Amino acid sequence: MENNEKPRWRLVKTDNPPFWVKPLIPVLALIGTFILTSVLILLADANPFDAYYYFLFAPLENKVSLLEILVKSTPLMITGVAVTYAFATGYYNIGAEGQLYAGAIAATGIGMSMHGVPAIVALPLMIVGGFVAGMAWALIPALLKVKLAVDEVVTTLLMNSVMAYIVSAILNGPWRDPNSGWPQSPDIAPSAVFFKLIPRSRLNFGFILAIVLIIILWIVMTRTSFGLKMRAVGLGKPAAKFAGIKVNRTILTAALISGGIAGIAGVAEVAGIHFHLIGEISPGYGYTGVIIATLGSLNAFGVGLAAMFFGLVDTGAQTLSRALGVPVYLGEVTQATMLLVALGVLLLQRYRIRRM
Amino acid sequence: MEVFLVNLITATFRVSTPILLAAIGETYSERAGILNLGIEGIMYFGAFIGFFVADKSGSLWTGLFVAIMSGVIAGLLMGLLTVTLGVNQHVSGLGITLLLTGLSLFGFRLVYGGRSTPPSIPSFQAVNPFGDIPILGTITQQYLLTYITFLVIVPLAWFILFKTRFGLNIRAVGENPEAVDAAGVNVYLVRYGVLAIGGGLMAAGGAFLSLAQLGAFTHGIIAGRGWVAIAIVIFGNWSPVKVMGGALIFGGTFALQLRLQAMGLQLPIPYETFLALPYVVTIIALVLAGRNASYPAALLKPYRRE
Repeated sequence: MENNEKPRWRLVKTDNPPFWVKPLIPVLALIGTFILTSVLILLADANPFDAYYYFLFAPLENKVSLLEILVKSTPLMITGVAVTYAFATGYYNIGAEGQLYAGAIAATGIGMSMHGVPAIVALPLMIVGGFVAGMAWALIPALLKVKLAVDEVVTTLLMNSVMAYIVSAILNGPWRDPNSGWPQSPDIAPSAVFFKLIPRSRLNFGFILAIVLIIILWIVMTRTSFGLKMRAVGLGKPAAKFAGIKVNRTILTAALISGGIAGIAGVAEVAGIHFHLIGEISPGYGYTGVIIATLGSLNAFGVGLAAMFFGLVDTGAQTLSRALGVPVYLGEVTQATMLLVALGVLLLQRYRIRRM
Repeated sequence: MEVFLVNLITATFRVSTPILLAAIGETYSERAGILNLGIEGIMYFGAFIGFFVADKSGSLWTGLFVAIMSGVIAGLLMGLLTVTLGVNQHVSGLGITLLLTGLSLFGFRLVYGGRSTPPSIPSFQAVNPFGDIPILGTITQQYLLTYITFLVIVPLAWFILFKTRFGLNIRAVGENPEAVDAAGVNVYLVRYGVLAIGGGLMAAGGAFLSLAQLGAFTHGIIAGRGWVAIAIVIFGNWSPVKVMGGALIFGGTFALQLRLQAMGLQLPIPYETFLALPYVVTIIALVLAGRNASYPAALLKPYRRE
C-alpha cells in the first residue's frame, strides 16, 4: 500500500461484532424493504404512509384480522419448519410445495372416507397419512441424492411441477365433484374437519399443530443427538464423516422428516381451511417456507416469528388491496424483497467500517 | 403418420427455443461457478416486460429488447448478492425468482386489472425460407428467434466458451478462482459478466413465449421451464451443443404431448400424464447423466479476495 494514500473509510472483517449490531439487523432489513416497496405503492397511485398503515397496522387493530394473521401464518410455520430440517442438514429441499400437495391428497382421501368415524380416530389418521405421503414424495429425490449423487435442488423443483399435474389429474378425474363447476373434490367427512379454536373464526387446530411442530423442532435441534448430527452434516460433510457420523443416513432422514412435515401443512390446509382438495391449496407456501427458514436463521423460534410476520404481510396485503386498490401481489413482492435485503444486511455483522 | 411426424418435428424446434435460450444463459453462469436459481423468475419477468412493452409501444422488437435488458439487470442483482456479498446461491436465486414473479403479477394486475380474458397482442410471425417445398418447407417454417437461437446463440456460446480468452477465463473462474485471480483476471468482473449475459438470455426465453408462441401473458406462462433448463444444463454437461441436445429431447416430449392432445384421442389415461411426461423424462435424463456429470469445481462457492 502506498504511504501517501489518505485515510478513508473501509470495510474490515471482524469476528466480534459490537453488541448493538445484532438487534439492528431486522430493523435495517425492515426499513430497507419498505423504502424499496414504496416505489411500487407510488406506482399504484397510493400514498406510502397511508398504504403502510393498512399494510402493517390496520390488521392488528381488530380481532377478526388478528386471528386471520394466525390462520395465514399456520401453513408458513409448518413449511418453514419442514425446510429448516433439510437446510440445517445442508440438503436443499425446495420441494416442500409438492410435498405439501402430497399431504393434501392423502388428507382428502382419508378425510372423505371418515364418515361415521369419530374425530379422535380421523384426525390422527389424516395427520399420519399426510406425513407419510409427504415423506414418500420426498423419498425419490432424497434417494437419488444419497445413492446416485443427483442434485436435489433440480429434482425437488421438477417434482413440484409433476405434482401439480397429478393434483390436476385427480381433480379432473376420479375425485371430480359432480356438484361443482370447478375441478374440486367432494368435501371430507365432518369428523375429519379440524375443530375451531375460536367460534366463527377460521382459526383451527392446525395452528396448535404448527406450534407443536415448532417446539419439536427446537427440542430436536438443541436437545437431541440427531439434531447435533444434522447440524454437523450441514456445517461440512467431510468433517462430519470424520467424526463418525453416517452422513448419507442423516441426510436421508432429515429429507424424509422435511417432506413429511411439509405434507402435514397440506393436511392442515385441507382439514382446517378448505375441507376439500383444490388445485389452489397453496399459493406457494412451500417456496415461502424457504424464505421463512432463512429469515428465521434455521432457528425454531426465528421460524415462528418470521411466519407470524409473513402472516401479517399476507393479511395486510389484502386489507391494503381492498382499501386503496394496490394489487394484492405487493405481499409476495415484500416477502421476497425482505429476504434479499436481509441476506445483504446479515453480512453487516461480519464487517465493521473503519477509518484507516 | 407422415404429417404427424412433420408437425412433431416442427413443434419440437419451436417448443425447445425458450428452454434452450434459458439453458444457454444458465450454462454461462454455471461455467463461472454461479448457479442462478433466479432463472424461473427472470423468464417470467422477461415474458411480462416483453409483453407489456410490446403492447404499449406497438413494437415486438422493442418489447424483446427491453425484456432482455430487464434480464441483464436481474443478472446483475444476482451478482450483487452472490458475487459482491457472497450470499448463499440457492437462497438468493430462489429469492430473485419469487421477487420477479411477484413483480410481474403486481405489474400485470396494475396495468391490465383483473379481467377474466387476458389481453393479447399480434405476435411474431414465423418465417418461411423454403416456401412450399413439402416436408422441408413445413419444418423450416419457424420464428426468426428460433433460427437465431439454434444457428447463432448456441454456436456463439460454444465459440465464446471454448475458443476465446474470455471463455477460458469463465471456465477457469468456475474451476479455480484463486489461480485465475493470481494470474491477474478480475474474478468478480467475469462472474458479473456471465450473470448479465445469462440473465439477458433467460429473459429472452421468457419473452419468446409471450411475444412469439402465445402473443399473451398468462399466470402459468413459464410453468417450471426454468427448472427444466437447469436440469438440461447438468444433462448437457455444461457444453452448449449437448445442452441443445437436451433441450430438443425435452422439446420433443413436450411437442409430442401437444400433438397427442391436439388429436383429441380418447385415451384410458388422463391427459395430465402427457403434461407431466417432459418433467419426468428430464428427471430420468438427469439420473442417467448423473454419474458422468462433472460439475464446475467452484460451483456454489463464493469467492473472497483476502
